[in-house]
Amino acid sequence: MAEHAEVRTAGPRLLGRAVIYALLILLAMYYLAPLFVMVSTSVKTLDEIRAGNLIALPAEITLSAWAKAWSSACTGVDCSGLRGNFWNSVSFVVPAVLISTLIGAFNGYVLTMWRFRGSDLLFTLLMIGCFIPFQVVLLPMAQTLGWLGIANSTTGLVFVHVVYGLAFTTLFFRNFYVSVPQEMTKAARIDGAGFFRIFWRIILPLSPPIITVTVIWQFTQIWNDFLFGVVFSSGERQPITVALNNLVNTSTGVKEYNVDMAAAIIAALPTLLVYVVAGKYFVRGLTAGSVKG
Amino acid sequence: MSSAASPAFKRLGDVVEQALPKLVLGPTLLASLVFVYGFILWTGWLSFTESRMLPRYELAGLVQYISLFQNDRWWVALTNLAVFGSLFILVCLAVGLLMAVLLDQRIRAEGALRSIYLYPMALSFIVTGTAWKWILNPSLGLERLVQQMGFTDFTFDWLVNPDMSIYTVVIAGAWQSSGFVMALFLAGLRGIDESIIKAAQVDGASMPRIYLSIVIPSLRPVFLSAIIILAHIAIKSFDLVMALTGGGPGFSSDLPATFMYAFGFTRNQIGLGAASAMMMLFTVAAVVVPLMYSELRRQRHG
Repeated sequence: MAEHAEVRTAGPRLLGRAVIYALLILLAMYYLAPLFVMVSTSVKTLDEIRAGNLIALPAEITLSAWAKAWSSACTGVDCSGLRGNFWNSVSFVVPAVLISTLIGAFNGYVLTMWRFRGSDLLFTLLMIGCFIPFQVVLLPMAQTLGWLGIANSTTGLVFVHVVYGLAFTTLFFRNFYVSVPQEMTKAARIDGAGFFRIFWRIILPLSPPIITVTVIWQFTQIWNDFLFGVVFSSGERQPITVALNNLVNTSTGVKEYNVDMAAAIIAALPTLLVYVVAGKYFVRGLTAGSVKG
Repeated sequence: MSSAASPAFKRLGDVVEQALPKLVLGPTLLASLVFVYGFILWTGWLSFTESRMLPRYELAGLVQYISLFQNDRWWVALTNLAVFGSLFILVCLAVGLLMAVLLDQRIRAEGALRSIYLYPMALSFIVTGTAWKWILNPSLGLERLVQQMGFTDFTFDWLVNPDMSIYTVVIAGAWQSSGFVMALFLAGLRGIDESIIKAAQVDGASMPRIYLSIVIPSLRPVFLSAIIILAHIAIKSFDLVMALTGGGPGFSSDLPATFMYAFGFTRNQIGLGAASAMMMLFTVAAVVVPLMYSELRRQRHG
């Protein structure tokens, strides 16, 4: 902004700045409020919750709700907390993320460096998989998992998440490799380097940023998934999101809001942690994955 | 290939090497063909049968679609989708744009504020639903808080009020997704050529006027992609409703996705569930395809 303009309008400008900051801070408080309410409710006793209000600070901090959410709260008939479901989620999320990322990387590599007649059309067909509402595949998939003998198993959930995550991972890698100059791989090919050698020596060393973006995207998506979890698993096998929903929406007994909140935070912690540590890559994935897909 | 390899072996190696890209892509394409396209056809077939608890494959015409559109609950779900979808998109666009414009004014601590606005996107809709279910709790939540502030007549029972329950889904959904729209708009704002804005300032145009007549119109492509993504989220919304209201009270906050789950999986009406799933697919296609098309056409014509 030009200096003389600044001097001429210093008064209103200062007021304008104040309004802008006030609005920004109000908005920040609005976004943080639910998190604050969750954390403070989770460390209150039930009596204090009933007597006080949402934003009152806890009189004393107790972690008993956390302990109960983790190891003894009832999620339906089973009363062993979210602990088992947390590890369930870990056990299918980790392989599903790794497999879908690996396959996506190779697909992206083929679709940019080893294009063949019709490969662009195939890519478009693959991308439509990002758009379908998954409701349209649920009934056949339930049947198919039964036939394959992997219904209600970790393998089954890994399978489903890999199959329906591939379109996204392929998209990420393809859009990243498109900007890698073709000359690099062409020269290597003339020197006699093959498919895997070029991938290993040239492409992979360029890939850490896009691998990070993809891993974070897939991790967040799969950890937070509820639809596949609720349809394709039951009882002890359920992922943490399904168990959390059961815990919160069971109608029997006294409603323990502090346990509900502790459970919700436990379910949110892994993805929140990733967001805090690698937010930049998370945002990159969000915009890349959604603008194109 | 080393020169020691026999010619026959070398030729085989070449063939494999040439086919390798297709072999690598093959499994993904096969999976897409079977588990996306094949399963859509399969669901489509089921929607033309009288399947109930178990799938049956004798065609029975449009019975399921007829009973779907005679089903009050389906009409509630469709009406809710229209209400929820339009409000959700409008609120997210308005709040997202406001935050992006505010953040674009050379703000201190922009990074920190951006992270705060965006963190809900890292949460599961189940977590968001759980948190808002507690905040909107009709006796102990927001209602109690405002009453304790002195407004003793204040009531806020949307969560248990069948006429208002769908709006609680809008509140929680917009809280989760508006930060993401902010990120899209902010990226768009950063891409605008500053010299145009400077020129307008020299001409004496006020800041609000510059935004209304120059900056916001130039964000048209961002609006389009934001609307596509938000519409897509709205049509697929399932977890948020399940956690927040469970579709209730009664089925007053049902959406097509919760309807499909209820009939396809808990009420053993596979045919009806399949028909509702197909209607969801058509809705996505009807909304997304024209928007994508106009976006592509615009790109092609510059």
